[in-house]
Amino acid sequence: MKWDEFFVTGDPLIYGADVSIAITMLGIVFFLTYFKKWKWLWTEWLTTVDHKKIGIMYIISAILMLFRGGVDALLMRTQLAVPEMEFLDSQKYNEIFTTHGTIMIIFMAMPFLIGLINVVVPLQIGARDVAYPYLNAVSFWTFFIGAMLFNISFVIGGSPSAGWTSYMPLASNELSPGPGQNYYLLGLQISGIGTLLTGINFMVTIFKMRAPGMTLFRMPMFTWSALVTMAIIIFAFPILTVALALMTFDRLFGSHFFTLQGEGMDMLWANLFWLWGHPEVYIVILPAFGIFSEIIATFSKKTLFGYKAMVWSMVLIAAYSFLVWVHHFFTMGSGALVNSFFSVTTMLIGVPTGVKIFNWLFTMRKGQIEFSTPMLWSLGFIVNFVIGGVTGVMLAMAAANYQYHNTYFLVAHFHYVLIAGTVFACFAGLVYWYPKMFGHKLNERIGKWVFWLFTIGFNICFFPQYFLGLDGMPRRIYTYSEESGWGPLNMISTVGGFMMGIAFLVLVYNIYYSFRYEPREKTGDAWNGRTLEWSTPSAMPPFYNFAKIPVVKGLDHFWNEKQNKEIKPLTTQDLQKIHMPNNSGVPFVMASFFFVSGFGLVFEWYWMAIIGLIGVLATLVIRSFDYNNGYYVSVEEIKETENITK
Amino acid sequence: MANHAAAQHKGIPWKHVVGFVLSIVLTLFAIWFALETDLSTNIKLLVIFGLAIIQAALQLLMFMHLTENSRTQGFSGRIQIGNILFGFFVAIVIVVGSVWVLSSGHAEKKPTNGEHEMKMDSGSMNHD
Repeated sequence: MKWDEFFVTGDPLIYGADVSIAITMLGIVFFLTYFKKWKWLWTEWLTTVDHKKIGIMYIISAILMLFRGGVDALLMRTQLAVPEMEFLDSQKYNEIFTTHGTIMIIFMAMPFLIGLINVVVPLQIGARDVAYPYLNAVSFWTFFIGAMLFNISFVIGGSPSAGWTSYMPLASNELSPGPGQNYYLLGLQISGIGTLLTGINFMVTIFKMRAPGMTLFRMPMFTWSALVTMAIIIFAFPILTVALALMTFDRLFGSHFFTLQGEGMDMLWANLFWLWGHPEVYIVILPAFGIFSEIIATFSKKTLFGYKAMVWSMVLIAAYSFLVWVHHFFTMGSGALVNSFFSVTTMLIGVPTGVKIFNWLFTMRKGQIEFSTPMLWSLGFIVNFVIGGVTGVMLAMAAANYQYHNTYFLVAHFHYVLIAGTVFACFAGLVYWYPKMFGHKLNERIGKWVFWLFTIGFNICFFPQYFLGLDGMPRRIYTYSEESGWGPLNMISTVGGFMMGIAFLVLVYNIYYSFRYEPREKTGDAWNGRTLEWSTPSAMPPFYNFAKIPVVKGLDHFWNEKQNKEIKPLTTQDLQKIHMPNNSGVPFVMASFFFVSGFGLVFEWYWMAIIGLIGVLATLVIRSFDYNNGYYVSVEEIKETENITK
Repeated sequence: MANHAAAQHKGIPWKHVVGFVLSIVLTLFAIWFALETDLSTNIKLLVIFGLAIIQAALQLLMFMHLTENSRTQGFSGRIQIGNILFGFFVAIVIVVGSVWVLSSGHAEKKPTNGEHEMKMDSGSMNHD
C-alpha cells in the first residue's frame, strides 16, 4: 500500500479536515504543555475510576461526536438543497450518510445517555460508586477508542459507504473494496465491548448497591429506565458482536456467512442487524423517557403520575423490543403471516409508550409548572415525539409500508423519534444535571434561545421530509432532477438543518458564557429536586458522593424530607472511614492496544493486529494479579471536605 | 464499599480452568467433526448443535454462577431466575424467529422446490 492510498487525497474537504485535525492536535498539545497540565490530565481524568468523571468524559465525547455527525448532516443538506447540485459526488455522499448514521447512533446518542447514567444513577440510589469502577473505566476507554478508530477513516483509508445498516452484499469485498467497511466493523466491535460492560456494570450496581430502604419500587424513574436499558443491552449487544464478527470473517478471511457465493445468506445480515438494531432503538429511547420523567416531576412539583404503570410499561417495552425487528425489512418479501405478525407486534409496542405519554400529561395536571429550560425540552419532546410515534404506526402497517419504505417519509419518522426523543432528552438532561457536574447552571435565557432555535429548526428541517417521502423521494440519493419537483421542500429542509446547526453553536457558547458568568451553586439542590442526587450538601458531590449513606423511607425521599423538615446537618458521630477504589491507568493502556489491533485488522496487517491483541492480553494478566483493593478515606479528611465542625 | 471477601481468592480457581479447557476441547472437536468426517450435512449440523448446547450449559455452570441460586435466597435468587428466563426467551426468539423469517414466504430459497416449480411451469407450457 502506497502513502497516497493510505491517506485520503484529492479532495479539498479532506485536506481541510487534515489541516483542522492537525491544528486541533497541536493546540491541545500546546495547551497541555504551556499550562503544565499533562500530569493533571493523567491523574485526574485518564486514570480515573470515579463514575462522575467517567460520565463527564462520556458526555464531552458525545458532544464532539454530535458536532462531527452534525457537520456530516449539514454537508448532506447542502448537497440536497437544490436539484443537480455538484457539491459532493456520489461516493462522498454515501460515505457521509454512512458516518452520519453510525456516529449519531453509536457514538453520540448512546454515549450521551450512558454518560448521564454514569453521573446520575449512583447518586440517585445513594451509592458511592458503581459496582465495578475499574470495569467502568474499561467501558469508557473502549468506547472512546472505537469511536476514534471509526472517525479517522475520513482521512486515512476512506470511510465506509454502505450505510449505517451495512447491508450485504453491498458491504462485501466485491462491492465495498478497501478498508472503509472494515473501519465500521472494528470500530463498532471495539466500542461494543464497552457498551456490554456498561450493561453488566450498571445492572449489578442498581441491583446490589442501593442505599438501605431503597426497594426497587422506591427507585427514581431514571434509575428504573437505566436498569431496563441495561437488561436490553446485555441481551441485544451480543447479537451485534456475533453479526459483526461474522461479517469480519467474510471480509478478511473469505468465509461465506452473508455473501452471495458459497451458499451465504445476504438477508441473514439484515435479520441479525435488526435483531440487535431494534432493541438498540429502545436502548436510546428508554433512558430518554427516564430523564423526562424526572424533569417533569421536578418542575410540576408533583410525584410522577402512575409510577408503577410507568415501570411496567418499560419492562413490557424491553420484552416487546425483541419481537418487532422484521418491520425494518417488510419489503424483503417474507410471507404474509410473517409480515402480519410483525405488523401487529409493532403496533402493540406503541401501547406502553402511549401509556407513558399520558402519565407525563397527568403528572403535569394541576401541578405548579415551572417553565425552565429542561422543562421546555420535555414539553417539546411530548409534542414532537407524538408526531414521530404516529407516523411510526403508519409505517408499521406492512401493506402500506411498501409505499413508505426507503423514502424520506421513513427518514422524517426516525428523525422525529430520535431527535425529539433522544437528542431533546440529552439536552434536557445536560441542562438539568449540569449543576451536579460543574457546580453552576447553564444560563437560562441563552438556553431558551437554544431550545426555540433548535425545535423550530428541527420542524422546518424534517416536517417537509414527510411530504418529500410521500412524493416518492428515495432516501440515500445524492442528487435529483429539476423535474422531480422536490427542489422547494428540500431547500426548506436545508434551511431548518442550518438553524439546528446554529442552535448547537449557541449551546456551545452557552457553556462558555455560563462558565464565565453564571453564579456558582451554594447548595446541592439546584432545582428544588426530589431525588437523592440533589441531597448532597455541596453542588458537586465529593468523590465519595455521600459522607453518610442515606436511609430511604419512600419514593421521592429527599423531597419528603424537605417537606417534613427532617434534614439535619451531619456531625462527627455520623462519619465512618470510607473505602474507595484506586485509580488505574491500565484501562487506558488496554484500549490503546485495542486501537493498535483494530487498526491492524482494518488494513489487514495481521502482525500489527496480533501485537495489539497480545498487548490487550497482557493488560488483562496485569489486572488479574493486581491485589490492590483500594484505600480508606479517613474521618478527618471527610470532616475537612464536608466542613463539619461538630 | 467493595466486597472484600470476593477479592481474596486463595489458590488456583480449578472450576474456571476446567471450564476453560473443556470449552476449547469442545470447540476443537466441533471443528474436527465438521472438517474431517464424511457424514451427511444434517448429521454434522445435529452434532454441532448438540456440542453448542453442551458448551453453553458448561459455561453457565462453570463461569456464570448458575448454581449460586441455591446459596443466596430471596431477592438475588429471583433476579437470577428472571435473568435466566429472559435469556432463554431472547435465545429462542433469535433462533426460531430467524429461521421462521428467513425460510417462509417469498424469501424461501430451496433449490429443490425451485426446480420442481420450473418443471411444473415448463410442463404446463407444453400442455398449452
